[in-house]
Amino acid sequence: MTVRFTSKKPSRRAFLKGTLASTAGVMAGAGAANAAGPDPLITEKQDWAMGTGDGVDETPYGLPIQFEGDVIRRNVEWLTADTISSINFSPIHALDGTITPQGCAFERHHSGAIELRKEDFRLMINGLVDTPLVFTYEDLERFPRVNKTFFLECAANTGMEWAGAQLNGAQFTHGMIHNMEYSGVSLRTLLEEAGVKPEGKWVYVEGADASSNGRSIPIEKALDDCIIAFKANGEALRKEHGYPVRLVVPGWEGNMWVKWVRRIEVKEIAVESREETSKYTDTLEDGTARKWTWVMDAKSVVTSPSPQSPIKHGHGPLVITGLAWSGRGAITRVDVSKDGGKTWETARLANPGQPMALTRFYLDTEWNGEEMYLQSRAMDETGYVQPTKNMLREIRGENSVYHNNCIQTWWVKADGEAENVEVS
Amino acid sequence: SPALAEKYGIGRPALPEEVAAWDHDISPDGTGLPVGSGSVEDGEAIFSENCAICHGEFAEGVDNWPKLAGGDGTLADKDPLKTVGSYWPYLSTVYDYVRRSMPFGAAQTMSDDDVYAITAYILYSNYIVEDDFVLSNENFLDVEMPNAGGFIVDDRETAEASFWTEPCMKDCKEGEVKITMRATVLNVTPEEEGAAEE
Repeated sequence: MTVRFTSKKPSRRAFLKGTLASTAGVMAGAGAANAAGPDPLITEKQDWAMGTGDGVDETPYGLPIQFEGDVIRRNVEWLTADTISSINFSPIHALDGTITPQGCAFERHHSGAIELRKEDFRLMINGLVDTPLVFTYEDLERFPRVNKTFFLECAANTGMEWAGAQLNGAQFTHGMIHNMEYSGVSLRTLLEEAGVKPEGKWVYVEGADASSNGRSIPIEKALDDCIIAFKANGEALRKEHGYPVRLVVPGWEGNMWVKWVRRIEVKEIAVESREETSKYTDTLEDGTARKWTWVMDAKSVVTSPSPQSPIKHGHGPLVITGLAWSGRGAITRVDVSKDGGKTWETARLANPGQPMALTRFYLDTEWNGEEMYLQSRAMDETGYVQPTKNMLREIRGENSVYHNNCIQTWWVKADGEAENVEVS
Repeated sequence: SPALAEKYGIGRPALPEEVAAWDHDISPDGTGLPVGSGSVEDGEAIFSENCAICHGEFAEGVDNWPKLAGGDGTLADKDPLKTVGSYWPYLSTVYDYVRRSMPFGAAQTMSDDDVYAITAYILYSNYIVEDDFVLSNENFLDVEMPNAGGFIVDDRETAEASFWTEPCMKDCKEGEVKITMRATVLNVTPEEEGAAEE
């Protein structure tokens, strides 16, 4: 017999109101050590310790347990005209480590997530090559393979925050990002198979979807570290992430990571497509705009505590944690401030920073109810230091839309709640 | 060098018909433009039927859908209006994008001449050409886009060179740190969904 048990699902709203006691009746934050009497979760036999759980045939491909139901992608309706050419956000406030689970890794489409079978997939390489080629999916799997981990950050991540503090949560302010371990073929291998002519200075890459998302990439980058990827975090790409094949462009803005990639054309000049003229150009204060702002600069954010991840455990030891990344190379250091940037402590990197990949940091500290203005500041191996929003605005104004890598401030209040703020 | 690299003999040569079917991109120098033409007058009718429901009869935009016209001289304003006329540097991008990806939901359904006509109408909506203008592959490069000179190549490594620095660790700010802006005042963040609502 299989004994099933259910318990009350956690409610974020109830936590925020401070009204939720745990299922065992112990006040959240008190902990077993301060319990008035013996803990019935220990002293009473529980169903799960007596009966059995699910059989191995229950879940051929599993989803997270129901209690994690709030660790999901979220949409912000007012950001875009519809949900087809739109964005959603990874729940980075609730994750740890660096690998983003594919099922909640953010999406950005310009004409929706298309369904493209491996059998129907074709990749063309044409233009300034010795031999224009067509590959099937099976062809791609026969080339020598590479396997590397990189972050993909949307150029617009944090873009809503240019003019001020808008959205209340790390998921919304910093969640247009994911970090996956990719397997695939080096783009260089495929280009060499076709034979790039000396006058080939650019590649133009486009997807199989209606938006096509065509972008121009300089040949140096195309021959350096780009990957034609077909696996992410060990398995096939998710449909919404480009199944069966996408382009990986390490360190560069997510828009260039063309999904459902179908054609790569070697060219003498850039196409200056819609996605590199109208969009993904960054308007400066004088009305001129930067184009070809490809690399994502060093950036970080405290993921907990944060507005969606308040301190609920009372005073005492507190883990401050977050993510740092840089498109220019490896993260070498992250500093954390609790007083809005007056003083800084250097945090601990969970693992040495990897080039152009998310890096997890921790600051193990003590909190006794004092208000904090929490900030993090990333440094990368080139010596670049993550700037404040005001430093960016002084150079760019407020209408760049893209590439906002400013230092984020969370105001942690005496009750442990946190809020997105700007400070002087 | 790529020419000397090892080849694996995987894949097959692309046929000319296949390249012609997929290679539609058009560069600012006009490379890739098909032979054809279309007038503002024809464009107005085609636009009205295929585009106006989202972009407005005058390309001014409906609701939250993109505005294709207007915004002249607003790029340095607090809220710039970036349209084909006020912002886009090259006409090639208009033709290329409309032909490949519009109308939204029914892309690649218009003839080359239709796309010339729509492009002519968008130019007219932006007061860049007169109402009797006919756009073709032959006069395409004669059209001057107002913001063609409005773009610079990424200059962060020089303009933002000061960000490569040794950061301050102590006494980094004078006076008291104060809150200057709060997200909860705007209150535009979606309510959390998920476990709580189930």
